[in-house]
Amino acid sequence: MKNQILGVLIASGLTLLGCTKNSTSENANEIKIGEFGAMTGPEATFGQSTDKAIRLALDAVNAAGGVNGKKIRLITEDDQGKTDEAAAVVKKLITQDQVVAILGEVASSRSRAAASIAQQFKIPMITPSSTNPEVTRGKDYVFRVCFIDPFQGSVLAQFAVKNLKAKKVAVLKDLKSDYSLGLTEFFMKKYKELGGKITSVQNYQAGDTDFKAQLTDIRGEKPDVLFIPGYYTDVGLIARQAKQLGLKAVMLGGDGWDSPKLFEIGGAAIQGAYFSTHYTTSSPDEDTQKFIKAYKEKYNEIPDSLAALGYDAALILVDALKNAKDLSAAEIRDAIAKTKDFKGVTGKITIDADHNADKNAVVVQVEGNELKFVTSIGR
Amino acid sequence: MEEFLQHVLNGLNLGAIYALIALGYTMVYGVLQLINFAHAEVYMLGAFSVYYANRLFHFSDHPGWQSFIASLAVAMVVCSLVGLLIERLAYRPLRNAPRLNVLITAIGVSLFLQFSGQALFGADPKLFPEVLRDAQLMRFGEIQLSSFDFTILGVSLAAMAALHFFIQHTKVGMAIRAVRFNQKSAALMGINVNGMISVVFILGSSLAGVGAVLVGLKYPKIDPLMGMLIGLKAFVAAVVGGIGSLPGAVVGGLLMGLCEEMVAGYLSSTYRDALAFGLLIVILVFKPSGIFGKSQVEKV
Repeated sequence: MKNQILGVLIASGLTLLGCTKNSTSENANEIKIGEFGAMTGPEATFGQSTDKAIRLALDAVNAAGGVNGKKIRLITEDDQGKTDEAAAVVKKLITQDQVVAILGEVASSRSRAAASIAQQFKIPMITPSSTNPEVTRGKDYVFRVCFIDPFQGSVLAQFAVKNLKAKKVAVLKDLKSDYSLGLTEFFMKKYKELGGKITSVQNYQAGDTDFKAQLTDIRGEKPDVLFIPGYYTDVGLIARQAKQLGLKAVMLGGDGWDSPKLFEIGGAAIQGAYFSTHYTTSSPDEDTQKFIKAYKEKYNEIPDSLAALGYDAALILVDALKNAKDLSAAEIRDAIAKTKDFKGVTGKITIDADHNADKNAVVVQVEGNELKFVTSIGR
Repeated sequence: MEEFLQHVLNGLNLGAIYALIALGYTMVYGVLQLINFAHAEVYMLGAFSVYYANRLFHFSDHPGWQSFIASLAVAMVVCSLVGLLIERLAYRPLRNAPRLNVLITAIGVSLFLQFSGQALFGADPKLFPEVLRDAQLMRFGEIQLSSFDFTILGVSLAAMAALHFFIQHTKVGMAIRAVRFNQKSAALMGINVNGMISVVFILGSSLAGVGAVLVGLKYPKIDPLMGMLIGLKAFVAAVVGGIGSLPGAVVGGLLMGLCEEMVAGYLSSTYRDALAFGLLIVILVFKPSGIFGKSQVEKV
């Protein structure tokens, strides 16, 4: 008897679930956008700050009446920082949740996996902050709102030669990250063109805690600059160990360094290091300051670059949804592709023919727990 | 030459930490023939316990020996409790189940703790409090000897010596050895087998706690997944040393640390783990039961 009651309960529960699911998917006053990112896993802060900013942007859009009278609903999936998981959750967003567009991922490896899926199902996707060129290459449904690694690599090489007067550079790269490998390649190419010498190229793996073997090796070469195209999660420890070994090279990195955690983990060792990034909180721009204020009010922390790019990606998508004739994938895609001089919080964004963003990079220096603006380098 | 010595120093430091954690694996294995995969997570929880204790008691405001010892105590107590709890809730109910079931449970507990850690503490890396200041003690040319290097080696050796004394020269230690030898006869001699197994978990887990504080000092970035790689390496170290053997765990750990350091320093940092593990495989080919392991005849 008990079992029967239980069975009836479960059955009715299932029907109820089924009903709610149907009614939401048929809701005509709603536009569903999918988001995927690393909400857990070793790089979870990336996914979390991107997610916070996207929600901030979309909440504001919904509060102001939504897109042409329709509210936006964001469906977020966690890829746990795993490449295969990213492909799986994006497939789920497209086939089960039937989203009209996808926002997502910081890490290039995962964006790449997801981009192939989005392209295959012909659903527009915007990555806020994946800088590896392969992510958008040859995929007409995939866009990005950040600059790409060849540009960032060449900016850093120019900076190393012109501002830091570096004659010898050692590289310590993350072996398994597309981002790190791409940045290394483009940096070295430009740096050699400018007449610099690379003394050694060493590898590590994200999540390693001991880098002393590589750093001891690098120390022997006495480079002027140590280029570490990795993520802040590892850079803090690398800086500390470099300092312990008495390495004197100036440290230089890319946008993967951009997080308040860099100062916390790097401590005194990271002081004076330079890196290129997408925006600084010290920007005088009014919209940027408004965004920083709103983000601080809601989450009680300062938005990093990834948050700023997430915010811009969401707004560019909303802008495209407003401009598109209807909500078909091809129309949305064309509307995103037409984005020109969009005033985002990370600067003026124009989507170029290759679906990448044309914009400036800034170089900042770590000073205390702040980032000091050093220079802005354009194309 | 200078570079070589620096590599040896780095390798020994790394190895001492592997050894501490390997001891936990090997002790549990010796008694239960169980690979306690959750051991790496006990270590992670030890690091986080100090992180949160520091928020309450502010050890890092007065770095020094007192704060260091206080953090060691916190980590050891928390780790012991966690180890005890895992044994009580997850392993004891399966005491008479096939070994494979227990192994799968161990992996389950490990994953459970990793992901609960991410939910509870947040997945972002955190800074381990600086409970002891690092100071440069000596300098020979390019080689630098810091106080941490000595602290890590010293504390690990002291912890291992204490363990050795406990197992070899106390009554409880003798009981543990008896349980390890044969559980049924030990029970017939009036030894509380479950009690001794609990003691083993307490000992192994508190060593993981010591390891957590030492690693926290040296590599002050902690996150809920920090146990994964170090746990795997320590486990391999225990196997290479001969799983079940205490001196084997120590030697295996040091060997693992040195191997890794030398491979990264002289051969290629790209294949650091691959070559280090490869070397260990070679050892196992020639000594299948590990350096200190006794080859056992499986009883029918």
